[in-house]
Amino acid sequence: MSVLIIAEHDNKSLKPATLNTVTAATQIDAEVHMLVVGFECQTVVEQASQVAGVTKVLVADNAAYEHQLAENVSKLIVDVAEGYGHILAPATTTGKNTLPRVAALLNVAQLSDVIKVESADTFVRPIYAGNAIATVKTTDAVKVLTVRATGFDAAASSGGSAERQVLSQVINSERSRFVKEQLAETDRPELTAANVIISGGRGMGNGDNFKLLEGVADKLGAAIGASRAAVDAGFVPNDLQVGQTGKTVAPDLYIAVGISGAIQHLAGMKDSKVIVAINKDEDAPIFQVADYGLVADLFDAVPELEKSL
Amino acid sequence: MKILVSVKRVIDYNVKVRVKSDHTAVDLTNVKMSMNPFCEIAVEEAIRLKEKGVASEVVVVSVGSKSCQETLRTAMALGADRAIQVEAEDGLDSLSVAKLIAKVAQEEAADLVIMGKQAIDSDNNQTGQMVAALLDYPQATFASEVVIENGEAQVTREIDGGLQTLAITLPAVVTTDLRLNEPRFASLPNIMKAKKKPLDVKTPADLGVEVGSNVSIVSVTPPPQRAGGIKVGSVAELVDKLKNEAKVVS
Ligand SMILES: Cc1cc2nc3c(=O)[nH]c(=O)nc-3n(C[C@H](O)[C@H](O)[C@H](O)COP(=O)(O)OP(=O)(O)OC[C@H]3O[C@@H](n4cnc5c(N)ncnc54)[C@H](O)[C@@H]3O)c2cc1C
Ligand SMILES: Nc1ncnc2c1ncn2[C@@H]1O[C@H](COP(=O)(O)O)[C@@H](O)[C@H]1O
Repeated sequence: MSVLIIAEHDNKSLKPATLNTVTAATQIDAEVHMLVVGFECQTVVEQASQVAGVTKVLVADNAAYEHQLAENVSKLIVDVAEGYGHILAPATTTGKNTLPRVAALLNVAQLSDVIKVESADTFVRPIYAGNAIATVKTTDAVKVLTVRATGFDAAASSGGSAERQVLSQVINSERSRFVKEQLAETDRPELTAANVIISGGRGMGNGDNFKLLEGVADKLGAAIGASRAAVDAGFVPNDLQVGQTGKTVAPDLYIAVGISGAIQHLAGMKDSKVIVAINKDEDAPIFQVADYGLVADLFDAVPELEKSL
Repeated sequence: MKILVSVKRVIDYNVKVRVKSDHTAVDLTNVKMSMNPFCEIAVEEAIRLKEKGVASEVVVVSVGSKSCQETLRTAMALGADRAIQVEAEDGLDSLSVAKLIAKVAQEEAADLVIMGKQAIDSDNNQTGQMVAALLDYPQATFASEVVIENGEAQVTREIDGGLQTLAITLPAVVTTDLRLNEPRFASLPNIMKAKKKPLDVKTPADLGVEVGSNVSIVSVTPPPQRAGGIKVGSVAELVDKLKNEAKVVS
C-alpha cells in the first residue's frame, strides 16, 4: 500500500512543509504519491515531480480548486483514496482544515500533528500543549495523519522524477464560496521555515516598536514572530503568532523579546535549537527554557544587539 | 435561527500538566477543570448572535461523563437556553464525538453549529471538521469574525498566510479562533438561574450512534526537558556566546 501526500501550495510554489511531510511518508512506505489540488498550478506540479522520494504526482487543476476549499478537496481526496494505506498532509491551517473531513468521510480516525513515525501503524504526537507526548497505534484501514514539519527533516527538493497522472474529477460545492483574502506580504523568510526567528511579546508595548526587532532581523536574515498577547493587542497580524494555537517553529536560533514564556507560547518554540530570552523580569518563565538569558530592558538591549551584529 | 454549541470539559489552561508515573495517561486527579477556552468563545459568539436578534435559541451539548454537566451549567449561566449531555466515557475519540454531535445537530435542526477549533487537552483540531463532513455541511474553521446575512455566514478565518473570508450557506459548522470575541463572565444571578434551565441526558444508543475507535494509546510520557541554560551579563557577552559557543551567528 502506498502513501498519499496532499501538497501544500499557493498555486505558485510548493511550500516547504510539504518536504518534511515527504520525509515522514518515506519512513512509512517506499511508494509515495503526491496530490496537487489547485488552479493553474503547473509550476507546483513541476516542483512536486522533482521532490526526492515522490514516485507519482496526481494533479487536479481546475478553477473549482483555486482556493482549496475543504468541501471540494476532501471529496476529491476520498475519490482517489482507494489503494492508499496512509493519507498525509502538513499540519498547516490548510491541512488541518481539510484532512479531518477526509477522515470522517472514510469513517476513520485522524492523528493530528504527528512528530515521529514509530512504524506503519504507530505514531508519536504531542498533547496538552506539548506537556505530554503520546504514542498511539491505529488499526484503521486507512491512516489519516497531519504531520508537524518541525518533527522531520525536509526531503530534497530535487533529484526525483515522478510520473504524472491528471485527474479529471471536478467537485464544486455551491455552499461554500471564497470571498477575499488578506495575505501578509513580506520579504522575510517564512516563519515556519526560517533558520532564525526573533519574536516580540506584550513587552514590546506597541506595534511601532516591532521596528526594533526588524533591525535585528535584517542583520540575521530572520523571520519575525510574536506571542498571542502581542497579536491580541493589535501590535502585529495573526499570522505571526507562535504557540499551541499558532505556529510551531524550531529554528536554529529563537530570540524571545518581552515574552514571559507561558506554556502556550513554549509549546510552539521550545524545540528550537538555541533559545535566547531578553526580559526585564529575572523570574520570567522563559528563562527556564532559554540557553542564553539576558535580564535587561529590551529598549536598551535590542538596539545594542542590532549594533553589535 | 437555532444555534448548537458544543462544549468540552478540559484541564484548566493554567494547570501544569503531569504525566502519570506508569506512563498511561496524564494525571487528572484533583486537577482544576474548566470549559475549553475555544468553547467559551463559541458560547459567547452564539449568545451575541442571540442578543443581536439573529438567533432565537442557543442549545449547548457536551459529550462526557456526569461531570460535564457542570460545564453545561456554566454555558447556561453565560446565556445558553438549554443543554444536552450525551453520556459517555470521558476521552472518547473525535470521530465518535463528531457522530454524536452531528446526530444532535440533526435532531435539533440547528441552523448553525459553533464549536471550538481545538480542545486544549487532545490538541486535535478536528471534531468540527468531522461534524461538517458527516452532515455534508459547509465549514468555516478558525473564525475571527462571523456575520450572518441572507441565510449565509460570512466568516473571516485566521490562516497561516493571514486572513481569508468565506461565505457559507446555512446550515453550517463554524469553529472559533482566539480573536473571535472576548467571553464574558457569568454573573451570580445568572448562575442561579442556570440551575433551573433544562438539561437533557441522552445516550449514544438513544441517538443511534455506535461509538468506538481503532486507535489505542501505547504510552504517554513527559516531553524531553531542555538542559538549563545560563544568564549572560551583557549584550556583548550574548553576541560572543552566539558566535563562538552556539555558533548560530556568524
Ligand atoms: C487557549 C489558549 C491558547 C493560547 N495560545 C497561545 C499561543 O499560541 N501563543 C502564545 O504566545 N500565547 C498563547 N496563549 C496566551 C498565553 O497564555 C499568554 O497569555 C501569552 O503567551 C502571553 O504573552 P506575552 O508573554 O507576550 O505577555 P506577558 O505574559 O504579559 O509577558 C510580557 C513580558 O514582557 C516583559 N517586559 C515588559 N516590558 C519589558 C521591557 N521593557 N523589557 C524587557 N521585558 C519586558 C515582562 O517582564 C513580561 O515577562 C494562549 C492562551 C490560551 C488560554
Ligand atoms: N467531548 C466533547 N463534548 C463536546 N464537544 C466536544 C467534545 N470533544 C470535542 N468537542 C468540540 O470539538 C472542538 C474541537 O475539539 P478537538 O477536535 O478535540 O480539538 C472542541 O472545542 C469542542 O467544541
